[in-house]
Amino acid sequence: MTEEILAVNNLHVSFKTQTGTVTAIRGVNFKLNKGETLAIVGESGSGKSVTAKTIMRLLPKHNTLISEGDITYEGRDLLNLSLSDMQKVRGSEIAMVFQDPMTSLNPTMRIGKQIMEGLLKHQHLSKKVAKQKALEMLELVGIPNAKERLEAYPHQFSGGMRQRVVIAMALACNPRILIADEPTTALDVTIQAQILQLMKDLQEKMDTAIILITHDLGVVANMADRVAVMYAGEIVEQGTLDEIFYQPQHPYTLGLLRSMPNLSASRSEPLIPIPGSPPDLATLGTGCPFAARCPYTMKVCHDFLPEHTHLNESHTVMCWLQDARTPLTHIPEEVGSAK
Amino acid sequence: MMKKNEDLLVVKDLKKHFKMGKTSTLKAIDGISFTIKKGETLGLVGESGCGKSTVGRTITQIYEPTSGEVIFDNEVLHTKQNKAVQQQKKRAMQMIFQDPYSSLNPRMTVMEIISEGLVIHSPELSRMEREEKVNELLELVGLSKKHSQRYPHEFSGGQRQRIGIARALAVEPQFIVADEPIAALDVSIQAQIVNLLKKLQEEKELTYLFIAHDLSMVKYISDRIAVMYLGKIVELTASDTLYEKPLHPYSRALLSAIPIPDPDMERSREQTILQGDVPSPIDIPSGCRFRTRCPNVMDVCSKIEPVYREAEPNHFVACHLYDETVMSREDAVALHDC
Repeated sequence: MTEEILAVNNLHVSFKTQTGTVTAIRGVNFKLNKGETLAIVGESGSGKSVTAKTIMRLLPKHNTLISEGDITYEGRDLLNLSLSDMQKVRGSEIAMVFQDPMTSLNPTMRIGKQIMEGLLKHQHLSKKVAKQKALEMLELVGIPNAKERLEAYPHQFSGGMRQRVVIAMALACNPRILIADEPTTALDVTIQAQILQLMKDLQEKMDTAIILITHDLGVVANMADRVAVMYAGEIVEQGTLDEIFYQPQHPYTLGLLRSMPNLSASRSEPLIPIPGSPPDLATLGTGCPFAARCPYTMKVCHDFLPEHTHLNESHTVMCWLQDARTPLTHIPEEVGSAK
Repeated sequence: MMKKNEDLLVVKDLKKHFKMGKTSTLKAIDGISFTIKKGETLGLVGESGCGKSTVGRTITQIYEPTSGEVIFDNEVLHTKQNKAVQQQKKRAMQMIFQDPYSSLNPRMTVMEIISEGLVIHSPELSRMEREEKVNELLELVGLSKKHSQRYPHEFSGGQRQRIGIARALAVEPQFIVADEPIAALDVSIQAQIVNLLKKLQEEKELTYLFIAHDLSMVKYISDRIAVMYLGKIVELTASDTLYEKPLHPYSRALLSAIPIPDPDMERSREQTILQGDVPSPIDIPSGCRFRTRCPNVMDVCSKIEPVYREAEPNHFVACHLYDETVMSREDAVALHDC
């Protein structure tokens, strides 16, 4: 029933910097099925955006090194496509929505022209038809007076409206995959609710698969079918929405869930933060990157990187606690239970 | 010394308007009143552009108010007091800023940043005494002595926010305005800072005005919460009451817009999604300023501005839905028309 359209296998990405090579992605694996929403969650610097930009091939060539891995889309490896072939995929088959609607539109171009750009390039429509399509897209994303608004410039729109325009642009060519990189982070909550609802509606209409990158677990619970939790360039846990929220197996996932305030809980219950801060990717050792902050750390954690343990068909975790070789007397009772 | 339960800060009908060119005025704060008791935390929430940061800046005397009064510790601020009193009040109110990257001078060491206030406000201290004080403060906020000679770029966001907190505490303030202190931090770090602020409040008997747009974190730290919309407070009540029984349609929408990190609850609940955007504070709608987006809008709303009043004990709201004096909406409109 589920049809896989994108597969990222063993991806490694590093950047050359003045002080040496920094590895941002260290072996990322995931699959995306048709029409589903995969949420990638993690803190800043965990490699979520780098993963997205690698899929879109948007990273600067001169300092990026993709040392291993492949990204399969429709039987082709996106990493091996020629620039012109990639341009045919980008924007028409895989589209992207960026975080900041203030800077992702061209301030000197009218909105209509910006939406038409992709249509003219990828679908070779005539100007007239493209304009009609642009108008339809603006109406679809709920912009009032769409006809007049086609002639407006980005500065005449509010933040939420601009993000609608960006979504209209991204979906104009009816892509099969939409990558949304923190699409609502720069917006107010009431506007965020509008944009998330819009994305869900459009997904249903157009049967687009969404990769949603976010740090907000609330947004994840609202949108996702499956979740991948990233930490220091690795997917430390991956599973269905319910598995991640109700049976978290990785101590980092558990920590994230516990440090989120819960609206229904009482004020006297203290938040349980994760101690310390995320590691510096340039100075990572050989062990588990979360070991320094983990409450259940063992000796093995500091020396060896854990492998991916498959708990069931959908749920994988990268933690020594779950490894069959760990001679564990007991797994801490908090692990694997809802908070 | 003040007793507990006494008002530390009283704000009366405060207005702050900014002139925008010759003809238009941006009404950032348009008449708000509230009090903060000693040792209490008041949360101030609202969307961007609602004037919440301007409130913090006007109270801390960064801005001069257009009209209204701010009474702090029984002294009226913003009047031509003598220099000594002014200095003393400025010292008693400190601020923690949102962006830990731009609020610390990159060319000063942590020691210099934290001790700057001491140099100004406590000139009697010797260099040794100051350094000792700074080291104590660093320990207090969860950093260590060895950090004092480093520069801000050597720290992570959460650590920088700790430095900002230490700087605010250096001059031993009574009252701290925290303007979105956790908005720029990662989720796992946010909880650390919130817990730190709570701990410091207990230890030092601090009073907070906690400004934020993230309602879920505000609940954890605030005793009472004020909800702002376009320059006015639309609802103010105890934080648990606000979450259990919000009265104003805007508060209700704001709460319902927060995505809950619990898939089952997300699936089962009904969300009220507001239409449209916040109107410009240069051109505020007539009558109730929320009426353009309100799901419960009535005829009276565009004609008469609702009065901010105590609808239930200790629960203030500005909405016609809760105003019995507007006998029925038709009557009110008829009254207004004749």
